Amino acid sequence: MSVTQEPIAPRKSAAAGSATFAGSNSRKYNYFTPKGRKASHYEDMTVDVQPDPKRHLLQDWIISFADGTPTYSESWTAAKCSDWHVFRAVDQEWERTHYQRQSTIVGMIANVVDNGRRSGAVKRFDKAWVKVLQDHLGAYKHAEFGLGMATMQAQRYGYTQMINNAVLTNSSYKLRFAQDLTLYLGEIGMDLEGFDQDAGKAHWMEDPIWQGVRRAVETIGGSTDYLEQYFAVNVVFEPMVAELFRSGFIMQVAASQNDFMTPSVVAAAEGDYERNLANAVELFRMLVLDETHGTANRELFNGWLMKHGGEAKNAANQLQPIWSQPRVKITQFPDVLEQSHNRLRAIGSEIGLDVRPLIEA
Amino acid sequence: MPDSLSLSKITAQKGMSIGEAARRVADLGWTPSYVQEAMTFPTDYKITKTARDPMKQVLRSYFPMQEEKDNRVYGALDAALRGDMFRDVEPRWVEWMKLFLAIIPFPEISASRSMAMVGRLAPGEELRTGFTMQMVDEFRHSTIQMNLKKWYMENYVDPAGFDITEAAFGKCYATTIGRQFAEGFVTGDAITAANVYLTVVAETAFTNTLFVAMPSEAARNGDYALPTVFLSVQSDESRHIGNGHSMLMSIINDPDNHQLLERDLRYAFWQNHAIVDAAVGTIVEYGTTNRDKNKESYAELWHRWIYEDYYRTYMLPLEKYGIKIHHDDVNAAWDRMVKKNYVHKTAQFFSVGWPVAFWRQEAQTDKDFEWFEHKYPGWYAEFGDYWKWYEKLSTPGETNILFNQDVGYVYPHRCWSCMVPALIREDFCVDTVDGKLYTYCSEVCRWTHKVAFSAEYEGRATPAMGRFSGRREWEDCYAGWDVADAIQDLGFVRSDGKTLVPQPHLHFDDSKMWKLDDVRGHKLGSPLQAIRAMSDVEREKHIADYRAGFKINPFN
Ligand SMILES: [Fe+2]
Ligand SMILES: [Fe+2]
Ligand SMILES: [Zn+2]
Repeated sequence: MSVTQEPIAPRKSAAAGSATFAGSNSRKYNYFTPKGRKASHYEDMTVDVQPDPKRHLLQDWIISFADGTPTYSESWTAAKCSDWHVFRAVDQEWERTHYQRQSTIVGMIANVVDNGRRSGAVKRFDKAWVKVLQDHLGAYKHAEFGLGMATMQAQRYGYTQMINNAVLTNSSYKLRFAQDLTLYLGEIGMDLEGFDQDAGKAHWMEDPIWQGVRRAVETIGGSTDYLEQYFAVNVVFEPMVAELFRSGFIMQVAASQNDFMTPSVVAAAEGDYERNLANAVELFRMLVLDETHGTANRELFNGWLMKHGGEAKNAANQLQPIWSQPRVKITQFPDVLEQSHNRLRAIGSEIGLDVRPLIEA
Repeated sequence: MPDSLSLSKITAQKGMSIGEAARRVADLGWTPSYVQEAMTFPTDYKITKTARDPMKQVLRSYFPMQEEKDNRVYGALDAALRGDMFRDVEPRWVEWMKLFLAIIPFPEISASRSMAMVGRLAPGEELRTGFTMQMVDEFRHSTIQMNLKKWYMENYVDPAGFDITEAAFGKCYATTIGRQFAEGFVTGDAITAANVYLTVVAETAFTNTLFVAMPSEAARNGDYALPTVFLSVQSDESRHIGNGHSMLMSIINDPDNHQLLERDLRYAFWQNHAIVDAAVGTIVEYGTTNRDKNKESYAELWHRWIYEDYYRTYMLPLEKYGIKIHHDDVNAAWDRMVKKNYVHKTAQFFSVGWPVAFWRQEAQTDKDFEWFEHKYPGWYAEFGDYWKWYEKLSTPGETNILFNQDVGYVYPHRCWSCMVPALIREDFCVDTVDGKLYTYCSEVCRWTHKVAFSAEYEGRATPAMGRFSGRREWEDCYAGWDVADAIQDLGFVRSDGKTLVPQPHLHFDDSKMWKLDDVRGHKLGSPLQAIRAMSDVEREKHIADYRAGFKINPFN
């Protein structure tokens, strides 16, 4: 077993900088253009992990669906883009930041619930309010779950890793919040005699107040265009229905019903939405500003706006009776509805969409 | 003040049991009545029975648990740097991480995406909830691996190859195997892809070799980072395996599904073996410097995990449901591992192609020979001279081994199914599909392309089944190119514009490193184009010659 070469000298350190040679300083991912001056950690974790024949995928996709559609296809949304890879999620999430944030929220809620229950706060909730929580917050948790499932579906279809991961974390936030509400109601119910844990779902399925919301959520789940789903969730349903109920009702009304706990639980979802909204606005604005496809995209989004906005408007109106159920009335439905329209206008103007036809329709 | 100031009262506060919590969470779903959920990913399977999620877990315990795992991982990475891990780590090992970590984040995120597909099909809300958690897990796996790779790039002596990682993944002659793996999770029949191929086979059978064998070998080479990350990843797998088994149970009782299940188990087992054993086998056996004869070889590990644990305790019991299990395939795979030198031939192929790789592959030497011969008797007679040639030809100025006529290596045909070349020459076969000739590494791979991935199976329409597509033969992409031009096109050139990213040695010294000019002057070819161009007579002779194999010329 002869070896012809001179033996390799005893190896030196294999640490960075222990030798200098061509490429020995190339310590950055160099195959994409960062959004800023230098790549963020999020970009390094995310960009190009899902390949694209237009970028680095030499052999094209190597499996297809029966009809010839490849593993990932731009045809999975009616929106068009000159370069899908430009999009970056504003919240810059990768696994570590995602688990840290989710875990912090979970811990915060656990503290609120533990301390509140320990101090007997739940028993001091106004009786009429308890029924509102049981029936209506109980019904609403299903809407959040529905949005979580719709975004879970949507994260399969996006054309880049950045889009799909933003949709995935959106799903994760929605699913967590749906569970937060479920377990919160389950736990406060332990301190409340006669609290009916099944009432929420019954209202969700049958109460006329909730049928518009359920229909709006099912319409999102039934859409086959993943960007339409993402749009309908964040641009339409959240401001017009979800925020209306969460912040225009629960957050504003709870305190005067002696309930300081529920707003803390629900506040987490408001924070989640700020992030999801920022990501969504960034993506849809990019598509509206696209030099080649912007006009067509705007038209498409206007169609989605009217379709899902119509459902959402109807849903919001049907919720109106809830505002008169608490004993102490703090807010008027027309006022919070107007606030939600303002919110919608603000979102529309950020993306570059005219929402007046929807609001005035 | 509340009446609860004593510790006993605080701790005695009644909470919800985990079972009750899981039950309530599972009640979040409902059956839509206004608009049906979009059924966008088709399957030919019928899903009937309600399955149960075997794991009782809700997100409020899941997120903190995962964050805690993360904290341990990131803490360990910091500790590894403080302990100067890179001073002592074996470069032979870290070089292979350029390949492995280029591949694996895409399969991971594909697993995430595939949860959308089974999520819509889940027969019960408990299981659907299980899939949502798996979706987030796989997002964790993908990005935590990207992070590990960046960490190697920042701290290891030669970052070239890590710096181009995802671009290289899309282009390399070896990563094509990993892309077949990942696309298999998300494309075609949703149950075939996301349940059988991904979970019932890849996760249940092969993650042990990926995520347990690999970390053990890493540690033996002074790499304490990879084990930390991958054992953490592996700790999520038991939940995924549970999800997959529940889904499987929801299809297995319907005899109508048995034919498809038999097809998919056969395809998935064989292709997972072909892909995972090629890649992981090579890295574990050839990327290591540790030649402790007491450690288990990859073949021994395979026997324990795949044969004993998976085949005997997971696959065989499926027979009682009336599923035909292909025992012959399992035995054939085992024979490929121990009698037909599958891993060794893959390592040989990877090394022959070093100029179009993006990591360094150093020669195996005396110390390695002894171990191989001990673990795989007969190894030296077949591969000893090859590796001596490889070492001799690792100096710039030599004709590189890919084109060197003195060696006697015959460049292989690609398998159109598993994308690994037809390395076990005697098993090489061809067939015609839709009027075109294709080459395969084995009979099961031929069957996979021609019979399984088709619009009908044994007379039954399978409209949801996927198809093989794209430029599946890598060699076809650069046929007729000068290898130097191909390397440039691949982007496997260092920042000086002339030194190659790949090197057939571990010299961190410009004077010993190969440049474009050292490899220029040889044209790449496509074996598939060549065999298609042959006349029937020529082809028959070619196939017979190929099956007869080749002999490496004596080295002296
Ligand atoms: Fe994974
Ligand atoms: Fe997994
Ligand atoms: Zn094959």
